[in-house]
Amino acid sequence: MNEVKTIDLVVIGGGSAGLAAAISAKNEGIDDILIIEKEEFLGGILQQCIHNGFGLQTFNEQLSGPEYAQRYINEVERLKIKYITNAFVSSISKDKDVYYSSKSEGFVHIKAKAIIISTGCVERTPGQIMLEGKRISGILTAGQAQKYMNIEGYMVGKKAFILGSGDIGLIMARRMTLEGAKVLGVAELMPYSNGLARNIAQCLNDFNIPLFLSHTIKDVIGKDRVEKIIIAKVDEKGNYIENSEKEFEVDTLILSVGLIPYNVLLEGVDAKISSTKGAIVDENYMTSIPGIFECGNSLHVHDLVDYVSLEAKQAGVGASLYLKNMLNSDNDNCQVKCGNNISYIVPQHINVNNIKKDISFKYRVRKPMKNVKVEAYLDDKLIKSISKIAILPSEMEKMTFNKEALANGRELRFEVKEVKL
Amino acid sequence: MKSFICIECPKGCHLTIDENFNVTGNSCIRGKNYAINEIKCPKRILTSTVKLTNASISRLPVITSAPIPKDKMFDVIKEIHKVSISAPVKLHDIIISNVCNLSIDIIATRTINKN
Repeated sequence: MNEVKTIDLVVIGGGSAGLAAAISAKNEGIDDILIIEKEEFLGGILQQCIHNGFGLQTFNEQLSGPEYAQRYINEVERLKIKYITNAFVSSISKDKDVYYSSKSEGFVHIKAKAIIISTGCVERTPGQIMLEGKRISGILTAGQAQKYMNIEGYMVGKKAFILGSGDIGLIMARRMTLEGAKVLGVAELMPYSNGLARNIAQCLNDFNIPLFLSHTIKDVIGKDRVEKIIIAKVDEKGNYIENSEKEFEVDTLILSVGLIPYNVLLEGVDAKISSTKGAIVDENYMTSIPGIFECGNSLHVHDLVDYVSLEAKQAGVGASLYLKNMLNSDNDNCQVKCGNNISYIVPQHINVNNIKKDISFKYRVRKPMKNVKVEAYLDDKLIKSISKIAILPSEMEKMTFNKEALANGRELRFEVKEVKL
Repeated sequence: MKSFICIECPKGCHLTIDENFNVTGNSCIRGKNYAINEIKCPKRILTSTVKLTNASISRLPVITSAPIPKDKMFDVIKEIHKVSISAPVKLHDIIISNVCNLSIDIIATRTINKN
């Protein structure tokens, strides 16, 4: 191993979160930054998301994934932020040592003063959902299929079925259809779709691809390659309903059954982990380990990259405040609690003294509901109430507060209530 | 009376449009225009990839320079399949001009250097 390098801020992962975080820290006056990216190119998963629809919130126009990434890569180049690609971080320590290996530099040890973790998420696998039937060739996750088709140029199958109505699955249904495959259907275990409504419209309805709600795979049949799948309808408890089976002769089964924040590095330093499988963070996205921050899909899975960029920007500001020793570390903590029908809220605790002007909380609900009120209580006192016509678990929601509104609070709680009309 | 889900942004508004092109359910002007176009001539942005040589990756992502008629999507894909490009390519280089005589170009959505 070479001698130990010291760097003020190491950003682990050069995707949408890492790029935005590094740019933000640089703009806040932090000069000594290194982005470490495991792939050959910066940009992360955006590079394989060749469809358009990104950037409406950030740039007020619809861009493809690579175009959105390019804007941030250009900014990284313009600001002369250092980065290394084809480099893999194997571990970090509580004292902010970073160990990575790369072909060009070998095994490297960095002593960082702050770390931002922006390692993204991974797809749920056939094993994790206990997929029935054989594990034969032709079963792929949607992201794998997307990489094969859009980067490496392989057609993944001729006749496909998709399990799960997540957005990547819907996008791949359209992508495969346009490239000449026949997509026979999408099955979704829940009685509602998990993808954006517009993706149901433009990826399925445009091509007459049926969506089977409350259905799952009962069997995968074939010798070496998928030859046939059987789906069945399920009841509320997830049990198969008798005589509801349908057969599809397909050579490919694509899974779009959820994403999980990728947090191997944080587990190694015993950071506190939340129910989202990301870190428990404060108002500046700092984890339970001082100087280690987390943002993007490794913190919690986002629906829109625009929100990832925004969150990462704040993490970059947070890291710069930490490096300038400008964060209050007094114990004036307000805990954020999930009330009725809320599945998670990020951040999980705040120090009001560290908030500049206002703060946004991101949350998801447990089940789809209509005509609801989302209420925020500070120490059991109602401080904000928002009415919504409809609210879905697949859509991340936001609630923003002025710093003053949260002053002296010890507990902030969100509740979702159905309103009788 | 017809109804659609607006695809102009992630919101996904439920639009309805009547015989006189009155649109309801939209939250912005884009939704209104989308509903009228859906009746008159539905159009979509099309993205795909073309074969790429002399680069470390095998496909170049491309996009239509403007929305194309929905019923022309497969014709345009056919043209995209005929093309092979050699790196270097720059973002927004024209890969096919006036594809299928639609007065629309197919353009690159990524800069790729020579390997």
